[in-house]
Amino acid sequence: MLENLTQSFSKALDRFRGPGKLSEEQVQEALREVRRALLEADVHFQVAKTFTSRVIERLIGQERLDGVTGVQQATHAFQEELTRLMRPEQEALPKNPGHPMVLLLAGLQGAGKTTSAAKIGLWLKKRQNRNVLLAACDLQRPGAVDQLQQLGLQLGLDVHAEQPGPGVDPIGVAKRALAVAKKGRYDALIVDSAGRLHVDAALMAEIQGMHQTIQPDATYLVLDAMTGQDAVESAKAFADALPFHGIVLSKMDGDARGGAALSIREITGIGVSFLGTGETPTDLEEFDPGRLAGRILDLGDVVGLVEQAQEAVEEKDRTQDYMRMMQGKLSMEDLLDQFRMIRKMGSMKKMLGMLPGAGRMSGLLESVDDSEFARIEAIILSMTPKERLHPEVLDGSRRRRIARGSGTEVSDVNRLYRSFQQMQKQMKSMGKMFGGGRGTKRLLKQMQSQGGLPSMPGFPGVLPPKKKH
Amino acid sequence: MLGKIRSGLGRTRNRIQHAVRQLSGDTTVPEALEALEEILYTADVGPYSQELLEKAETAFADGTLLNPQALQTWLQNELEVVVLDPGDPLLRKQEAGPTVILMTGVNGSGKTTSVAKLVFWLQSRGQSVLVAAGDTFRAAAVEQLSTWCERLNVPLIQGEKNGDPAAVAHDAAVAALSQNVDFLVFDTAGRLHTQKNLMAELDKISRVFNRKIPGAPHHSLLVLDATTGQNAVRQAKLFGECVPLTGVVLSKLDGTAKGGAVLAVGRETRLPVLFVGLGEGVNDWEIFQPKEFIQALLSPRS
Repeated sequence: MLENLTQSFSKALDRFRGPGKLSEEQVQEALREVRRALLEADVHFQVAKTFTSRVIERLIGQERLDGVTGVQQATHAFQEELTRLMRPEQEALPKNPGHPMVLLLAGLQGAGKTTSAAKIGLWLKKRQNRNVLLAACDLQRPGAVDQLQQLGLQLGLDVHAEQPGPGVDPIGVAKRALAVAKKGRYDALIVDSAGRLHVDAALMAEIQGMHQTIQPDATYLVLDAMTGQDAVESAKAFADALPFHGIVLSKMDGDARGGAALSIREITGIGVSFLGTGETPTDLEEFDPGRLAGRILDLGDVVGLVEQAQEAVEEKDRTQDYMRMMQGKLSMEDLLDQFRMIRKMGSMKKMLGMLPGAGRMSGLLESVDDSEFARIEAIILSMTPKERLHPEVLDGSRRRRIARGSGTEVSDVNRLYRSFQQMQKQMKSMGKMFGGGRGTKRLLKQMQSQGGLPSMPGFPGVLPPKKKH
Repeated sequence: MLGKIRSGLGRTRNRIQHAVRQLSGDTTVPEALEALEEILYTADVGPYSQELLEKAETAFADGTLLNPQALQTWLQNELEVVVLDPGDPLLRKQEAGPTVILMTGVNGSGKTTSVAKLVFWLQSRGQSVLVAAGDTFRAAAVEQLSTWCERLNVPLIQGEKNGDPAAVAHDAAVAALSQNVDFLVFDTAGRLHTQKNLMAELDKISRVFNRKIPGAPHHSLLVLDATTGQNAVRQAKLFGECVPLTGVVLSKLDGTAKGGAVLAVGRETRLPVLFVGLGEGVNDWEIFQPKEFIQALLSPRS
């Protein structure tokens, strides 16, 4: 996401390279491109205008500080202003919610309300250990009730649902769901509602009625990240009808430029609370304007990277494994283990995208294909247990068998074996570097307790070059 | 169509009107250009706006465009060139055998509702229709489609939950041939154009069709949400790389969104808009009329 915006910003920043202060005209020229990039990223017309004039004002008046390059100074200004533009007034979740905490979702048709309801439910369950009840109050769209029920079943979340029919109205369902949540030991209720147009007076009155009835602790506007200039228009109209706590910006995993995220707070005062970042139910992030600004400016999102790693790394103390590996006793099983761990963190592309400077290698990112991992996995899985533990037994005929078994070429197997050998060597020398046993152990413990990335030595070398088909 | 879009576009038009009115009197060229820039960008016309602005700057130079009426006519002409006429006949029917229509689009763009509307439109033209549910992925997607099919009294081919949509395509093609229907409408799962594996799946579906029914799918439509911004162009391009798209369905045009992104789409891909969706009922469906679309965007309140 956001690549185009990132590229335009970095082009603009390049103009601040070199010694000396930029003249007023030069600053304005540089910012003209930024403004155009913002507009092409669906940032609202007025917001793009205000943003650029704010930055221009700052940069023109500013003295060059000692020891700071022009680029650094401009980057700083961009980052602060971007963050300021997007910073929500409140945290993602309401402060001091009642019991149960009640959340209501509203938005246009197809914005992603039902999916978001399930994602937030899972998030509350996993992060806050809350017992969540989902309420299916979209009686409009055919199959919406079924959809929420199936999602609940899949995620282990309870759902209050009533089949649409005469005498069943959404406000009634919401009311009964609240009663169920209060009576049962639920500590969060998430109410999904039907998609509606902000110009549909009857349906807007209905959602107001629902809000009135269940008195939620927070109401969220669910908005598709691909929305154009109309985002602000519809958000304004929704905000006239309901007091929103925040926005859930869905479908941020496409290549939408997320201009809406940059615009809405400025115009309506409603900040983004959550980002939907993928098709699996765990793909939900708490919105952090500083981090998004960092990503836009290509400063990387190291925090996001570490968070994902932390979540994936988890459960098992791997110190023993790493100790063994650092003595050069590495097996194909370890390799497989490492790959699976990495895959658990999310797609390679997504992770690389969070590294500083990723925007400049967007061409490379294009070519990263997560199916390469599948290929390596297939190769290792086609080995016998003995071969995995003692890869040195892999002779020509074994390699041919493995290639056949995994649907790859012998050359792929060879490449993997060579990379494996290199890794083994690297591990061994790293182990020595840290002073053998105790030092290594201490280092590993430290890394794990800090939630840092576990070592993935020699990792890029393991990837066989991408084949042209 | 004009009336319906107009009522939806009311607010937008007011803004454009306002911007255009600013041009009267002693407007300077930079002011006029700024107003025009706002008109174009807020209508989601996108990068193409720059080109129009440059043209306008030249045109403004002799002063002839510096009044609302002249500017409006000029814009109307410029924009009309970009939007293609849907052509005639719409969704041409094969001379023999079933005509296959593939419906694609991103999640939540309105594919399934559009399928229902399209089926109703075909039925009301005396055509026999078979529907197939290619969305085996999203929870309850089949239920949504089957509810529509019951209402429309049209048979539905469905596969297993989480099954291969290409298998559904195969079954649907076989059924369409044996029942000798006029049209087969195939609904696909919503997918973001950046998901390579899902995009490859589309290609597989169309290959399966082509094996069973030569030339199928005969029409591949991209359902585009009218509220979409410049991402629409990416969608049209990347979907078009997987299936040869033949047209666009512009959904949800009954809101305040102007659907101006189809101008960018038309310019970049030469894809015509065939239909517009204007509500939740099966009847809220109209043939796209370029002239009226632009007119609705720019004309004074009637």
